[in-house]
Parts: sequence; C-alpha cells; structure tokens
Amino acid sequence: MAETKKITFSQATLEAMQEEMERDDTVFVMGEDIARQGGIFGQFKGLPDSFGSDRVRDTPITETAIVGAAVGAALAGMRPIADMHFADFMLVCGDEIYNQMAKVHYMFGGQKTVPMVLRAPDGLINQAAAQHSQSLEAIFQHIPGLKVVAPSNPADAKGLLKSAIRDDNPVIYFEHKALFNTKGEVPVEEYFTPIGKADIVTEGSDLTIVSYSNCLQTVAKPVAEMAEKEGISVELIDLRTISPIDKDAILESVAKTSRLAIIHEAVKQGGVGGEIAAIVAEEGLDYLDAPIMRFGSPFTPVPFARPLEQAYRLKPEAILEGIKRMF
Amino acid sequence: MCAKAILKEPTIPVKNYDRDLLIELYRKMVSIRLFEQKVEHHFLAGDIPGFVHLYIGEEGIGTGVMANLTKEDYIESTHRGHGHTIAKGADLNRMMAEIFGKKTGYCKGKGGSMHIADFSVGMLGANGIVGGGYTLAVGAALASKLREDGRISVVFFGDGASNRGTFHEALNMAAAWKLPVLFVCENNEWASTTPYLTTTSVADIADRAQGYGIPGYMVDGNDVLSVYETSKEVVDYIRSGNGPVLLECKTYRIKGHFVGDPEKYRTKEEVQEVFDNNNPINRFEEKVIEAGVLSREDLDAVYGEVEAAIEEAVRYALESPEPDPSELFDDLYV
Ligand SMILES: Cc1ncc(C[n+]2csc(CCOP(=O)(O)OP(=O)(O)O)c2C)c(N)n1
Repeated sequence: MAETKKITFSQATLEAMQEEMERDDTVFVMGEDIARQGGIFGQFKGLPDSFGSDRVRDTPITETAIVGAAVGAALAGMRPIADMHFADFMLVCGDEIYNQMAKVHYMFGGQKTVPMVLRAPDGLINQAAAQHSQSLEAIFQHIPGLKVVAPSNPADAKGLLKSAIRDDNPVIYFEHKALFNTKGEVPVEEYFTPIGKADIVTEGSDLTIVSYSNCLQTVAKPVAEMAEKEGISVELIDLRTISPIDKDAILESVAKTSRLAIIHEAVKQGGVGGEIAAIVAEEGLDYLDAPIMRFGSPFTPVPFARPLEQAYRLKPEAILEGIKRMF
Repeated sequence: MCAKAILKEPTIPVKNYDRDLLIELYRKMVSIRLFEQKVEHHFLAGDIPGFVHLYIGEEGIGTGVMANLTKEDYIESTHRGHGHTIAKGADLNRMMAEIFGKKTGYCKGKGGSMHIADFSVGMLGANGIVGGGYTLAVGAALASKLREDGRISVVFFGDGASNRGTFHEALNMAAAWKLPVLFVCENNEWASTTPYLTTTSVADIADRAQGYGIPGYMVDGNDVLSVYETSKEVVDYIRSGNGPVLLECKTYRIKGHFVGDPEKYRTKEEVQEVFDNNNPINRFEEKVIEAGVLSREDLDAVYGEVEAAIEEAVRYALESPEPDPSELFDDLYV
C-alpha cells in the first residue's frame, strides 16, 4: 500500500494546484475573492504566497469575462483555472461555456486546444436556497467538447484536478460545497485520477448503484449499507466523470448484478440519471431483472426554510424502500 | 492621454509614406474586395452553403489596423471576418476552401465563413456570436501580460455588438488590469436591419471609453491612411504598457447584412451614394495618384496579381474534396 495522509478535500485541491503551478508556469488561477480571501471556501488559501497575485488573480465580478478571458488565455498558450465562486453563476456565462470554450477546438478543425479548468462549487449546503445550491452537471453533460468531473472524496479531488489541469480539453470541475471540509486519505506520492473512468467503491452481486459527488457519501453509501443489512449485495460505483461517461463500467456492473439504481442530488427530471438509465436500456436491457430506478431531488428550486429544505433532501430510507421493490 | 473621444485627421502627407507600405495597403484592400466578390458570386450560384456576411466597403479598417501588427499579435474577429483574416495574413486558398466547406479549409470544413481561424498568424477566430470575441481577446492579452511577451490583442466588433454586456465586462477588465488590448469598433451604421442610432445610447461609441477611464478615438474608417496612422499611435501606446484603447472607425455597410438579404430597410440610392463617393479603395487610388506616389499602372499591376491569386483560391476551393463523413468525430476531444 502506498503511503497516505489524511487531509481535507479543500486541502487536496490546493495541493493539486500547488504541484501543477510549480511544474508549469503557464498555469494560473483567476476568480472572485480568491487571492485576498483565499476563496470563499478557503480552497485557495496560501496560494498567492507561493505564486503571487498575478498568477492567483482576483477578478472583477464578471463571470462572463472570467470564462471568456480563460478561453482567450488558453488560445494564447496558457493553462488557466477559472473559479466560478458558486456553480450557479456559470449560468451568467452560458455563451462563453457553451459556444466558445466547448466549441473552439472542434469548430476550428483542431487547430488549437483549450486546456482550461472551470472550478464550480455546487450542491446543497445549509439553507443557501435556490440560487446558491444547484447541481448543474446535467446541463454540461449535454455539450459536446467539454469534460465534466465531480469528485466525491479528497483523493479523487486532488487526482482529478491534476488530471484536469493537464488535460488539453476544457474541463468543468464540480466540487460539492459540503465536501470541502471532509477528510480522507490521500496518497503522498504524486498520482493522477483518470478522467473518464468510474470507480468501483464496493463490489457486489445483486444491485448496481451509480452515484457521484457528495451524494455518494451522504446518500448512496448509507443506502448501500442498509441494503447490505437486508441481504442485498450492492456494487457501488462512483461515476467521478460525468462526461465522457464511463459506459463500460456501468454496463459491466449491471451485467453482473442485473439491477440498477442511480442516485444523485440534482433534480431527477432531465438529470444524469436519465442518461445512465437510457444507456443501460439501450445497450444492456437484456441484463436487467427489474426496472431501472432513478433517485434525484424533487423538481423544484432549492427552498430556503429548514423544513422545506429537509423535505427537499434525498432520504436514504425512502430510497431503500424503492430499491427493495426491485427484488 | 485624455479619455475623450477625438476625431483624428490624417497628419502625414501621402507623399511621405513608404511606397512599399502603400502598395501593401492597396494589395490587402483589393484582396479583401476581390475575395469577397467571388464569395458573393459563388454563394448566389449555390456553391457556398450557410451564411456569408461581406466586409465590402470596410476594407480600410482591417487593412489599416493590421498594418501595425506583427504576426505574433493576436486578433479576435466577428461574423464579418474575412477581411480581418486576410489582412492578418491568412492563406487565401485555405480560407476560400473553408468557406466552400472543403476538407482543405482552415477548419477542415467544420467552421465555414463564420468560424475561420488561423492560429499561425495570430488570428484566434471569427465568431458567430455577436460580442463573443471581446473577452477572448482580453484573455489573450492577459496571457501576453503574464508572459511579458510584448504582444497585443485586437478585437474587432460592430456598432451593434457594442451593446452587448460582454463589451462592458471586457473593457472594464482590460482597463482595470491595464491589459494590452485594442478594441476596434467598426461602426457601419447597421446592425442587421437596425440603424444604430435607434438602439444605441450614444452618438459615438468612442465616447464609451470615458466610462472605463481609457482613451477613445474616432477615425474615418473609409480612409485607410487615417486608420493606419491612428492605429499606429494607439498600438504604440498599448505596447508601451499603458493599457487598452477604444478606437471607433466610422464606415458604412455597402452590402446587405448577409448575402441574400432583401434589404427592405434602406434604399439602393443611399448605398450607391456611399459606394460611389466614399469607398476606401477608390479614395485611396485617388489620393496616391494625386500625390504622385503610385501611378495607375502601379495600382493596376497589383490589382492584376491579386485577381490571379483569387482565381487560384477559387480553383483550389472548387477542386478540393469535401470532408469524409468519417471525420465527424475528429477533433471533438484532443
Ligand atoms: C449574441 C448574438 N445575437 C444576435 C446575433 C444575430 N446577428 C448576427 S450579426 C447581427 C448584427 C450585428 O451588427 P454589428 O455588431 O453592428 O455588426 P455588423 O453586422 O454591422 O458588421 C446580429 C443581430 C448573433 N449572431 N449573436
């Protein structure tokens, strides 16, 4: 076993940036409140001490220009990392993400790559309400040309961020706000988590559960544990990359277990779960012994008041009941 | 330098210009004109698909600005980008092939007229999104500033595009960070079917520079020497590390918004009047002949060379193969 150390998710992303910025001076970071304040979740703390405020750059409140400038800098040979503060704010710069960042490589016939990373803190934290809590990955899964990742633990956070920085394609890096302070074992040696490869968290034989990001930790894992107690052997898959999706890992697992449940925090309608269900319906229907089940948040904006927010949150117990009906 | 828009008159007498420079300016303007006349012809003949927006009548701007740039400097262009691309030094054959949707085109047939780029000459791309280029140019300029490589970035845009929010975000960011960017507004009086004064809060877009604390200039965009001279001054200013400048070039859109535009919103007489009396190529010819620096024969010789090069570009495009359907997924990811 390689040597590991226990650090937070936030610390893990910081190490990824430290290492990559030391190695490559074309890497730089920009975003709102990242240098002076260290990022609103502290995920950039200390970085300006190592690299100065030119390479760790506080921007005006100007999401459109941040993403556009990152694309332009990438076209001019840099490897920018742009921080979106909250993933919700990516919707301000739809054109820059959809039409520019994602398209330039293809539409210009492969003349130039766009090696940039967009960091997007997403997901539910306590009572942040409708415009500061969204999980938007499904929107970006729908855009050809982008890569989209969503780590669920510190080790993957570091490994995926390092891979994203070195990737010549534009990568959206969703980091769940509730994960920043969570701790986990991270290898001491340099390593990379491959983009496009799902992780089999636990092996099992009766049911495949696909999940990712914070939801994997707070919902899918408890569900899997409860199911095990009921005698259902669960294969838990951490998707890790939302696009390009690791079809093979999902299909192989379903071939083994014959049942599939997908659990994500984003609203169920139009979510990534629908895509995974469709893949299995199209390419693995014969493997299935039960209908595929999707679990996602209710189709409402995220509400503010505590009881409403509680009602909105996914409940492992309810999901377990659903799963039991598959048998 | 003050932040008030100034109308710059040309100050250098034509006879003091370097002859080679004048020939080069003429060659570029005529290349753009003849290139686009062919594009128009072949579009109407059904050989060219998609949308095509012509730059005819505005040749003086791209030509005059680009004469002050090196191959290393960056430009961002618009949906009306053939002129900028030619002026930056792109290959006519590959451009024409791209517009025809051929495999030999700059983008292997994946881009077309609105998405031509030539990174080898610092042309970072045309843009099908009005106002899409500003922030990209700012980013390229940021790269230059971080690397201290001395390059500048120039972004071209229309009067219509100056009302996009990206204009304001880009100007602010460039000004706040003192980035080496030149914002060139090509005010051709029309945004599609809309006359600009009906949708724009200021008579002169150059005035908007004041809001960002940067210099704003205005020039006669149909006088290539005015554009050349003023952009020389502002390019020097930007290269010296003073930050961005907004340059508004007054011109007029001779052709319809796109090839095939029925142009119900204006009269043929209005257009003809400008074309006859205020056309950058004719005005240049008259000026240089009158000043005795170039003769009719000199100009005709250049014209003939360009004609041959454009013929060759069309032949190249027509004879080039279309992309193979199997190339659909090429370049989706690196
Ligand atoms: C964001 C966006 N909105 C609208 C359009 C459609 N459109 C294309 S060109 C154009 C007019 C642009 O006018 P202007 O910026 O003045 O440039 P010009 O065409 O006059 O050169 C419009 C509305 C577009 N391509 N992108």
